[in-house]
Amino acid sequence: MHEFSLCEGIIDAITAQTCQQGFSRVRRVWLEIGALANVELDALRFAFEVVREDTIAASAELDIITLPGRAWCLNCAQTIAVGELYDPCPLCGGYQWRLTGGNEMRIKELEVE
Amino acid sequence: MCATCGCGETEPVIHPHDHAPDHAHPHQHDHAHDTRRISLEQDILAKNAGFAASNRRLFVEQGVLALNLVSSPGSGKTALLSRTVQILRDEFPVAVIGGDQQTANDAERIIAAGAPAVQINTGKGCHLDAHGIGHALERLALPKGGVLFIENVGNLVCPADFDLGEAAKVVILSVTEGEDKPLKYPNMFAAAKLMLLNKTDLLPHVEFDVDRCLDYARRVNRELDILQLSARTGEGMEPWLEWLRRGRHDALIQQINQLEADLAAARSRLIHGGGAIRRTVI
Repeated sequence: MHEFSLCEGIIDAITAQTCQQGFSRVRRVWLEIGALANVELDALRFAFEVVREDTIAASAELDIITLPGRAWCLNCAQTIAVGELYDPCPLCGGYQWRLTGGNEMRIKELEVE
Repeated sequence: MCATCGCGETEPVIHPHDHAPDHAHPHQHDHAHDTRRISLEQDILAKNAGFAASNRRLFVEQGVLALNLVSSPGSGKTALLSRTVQILRDEFPVAVIGGDQQTANDAERIIAAGAPAVQINTGKGCHLDAHGIGHALERLALPKGGVLFIENVGNLVCPADFDLGEAAKVVILSVTEGEDKPLKYPNMFAAAKLMLLNKTDLLPHVEFDVDRCLDYARRVNRELDILQLSARTGEGMEPWLEWLRRGRHDALIQQINQLEADLAAARSRLIHGGGAIRRTVI
């Protein structure tokens, strides 16, 4: 359940912005999570509801944008879609590919007041 | 507040906004609830990454090869480490940070094997983080010019995401586990640099297809180094020890490169930053 740690990271990052950006309440948080990231989205949503209590984001909604898994296949010399880290290339069936997207864990944007 | 990182004791400190508003943004708004959007584009683990970078700087400064050992519970990490430090302690400094939810049993086993060790009890936590490692180093002298082993909590999921400042993650799998673990926990095997297949002395007694396991591991990480050994019998230990000696050698080279870069920068400041004037003062 490292989703709790991730949520603490999210709340810390938001709290660090309050002074600098001058807001008193967070209404919405947009996250970008890669489809292959080591995160269980339901657990993340659950953890966020717990961790946000008594913080500036106590009533914040969580919006999760899933980013697709993408890789560069060395055999095919082109970008391919991958669903899992152990998927073969859909074009050549090989495993000689390097992940180029899909493991992101980012706080994209906040809506504040 | 701690001196290492300015953290509070256990709870995160939310600083009250009671200082003079000397920055540019208006604090009194015309209407109470104007909403706006702020673009952050910040990694969720940015804070951990900051602590990891500090740890890594420290390791490079002191010529320490730091390794993050990860596995399921019961893969034989502590037995492997005990045997490893028993051999290497006569060659260069070694030390161990152990992470477990409870007890100091592992650290006691390592100390009995002859190396300094501290235990981090994570309580309900399922992984070590870079901040905790920084604090553990207040209790453990860095093995300068040697190897620091960080034995993570037995868990193949969560520790994959938390950079501790290590040079490499070493994932340990034993033949008493399922051979498809690299597929079941692909993030960890993708994050590791070396995989150790442990307890090979038990292969005659278990149904474990080594070739299939290695194939699965390489599907997830085609650059993964793989070694097979038995910490109990000592079979296969030598290639692992050689891997460590090479890594320690590289860490020393990195330290020398850093020192030379620092020295060059200091010389450059002396020449371009008014060094000649200071000399006349003296």
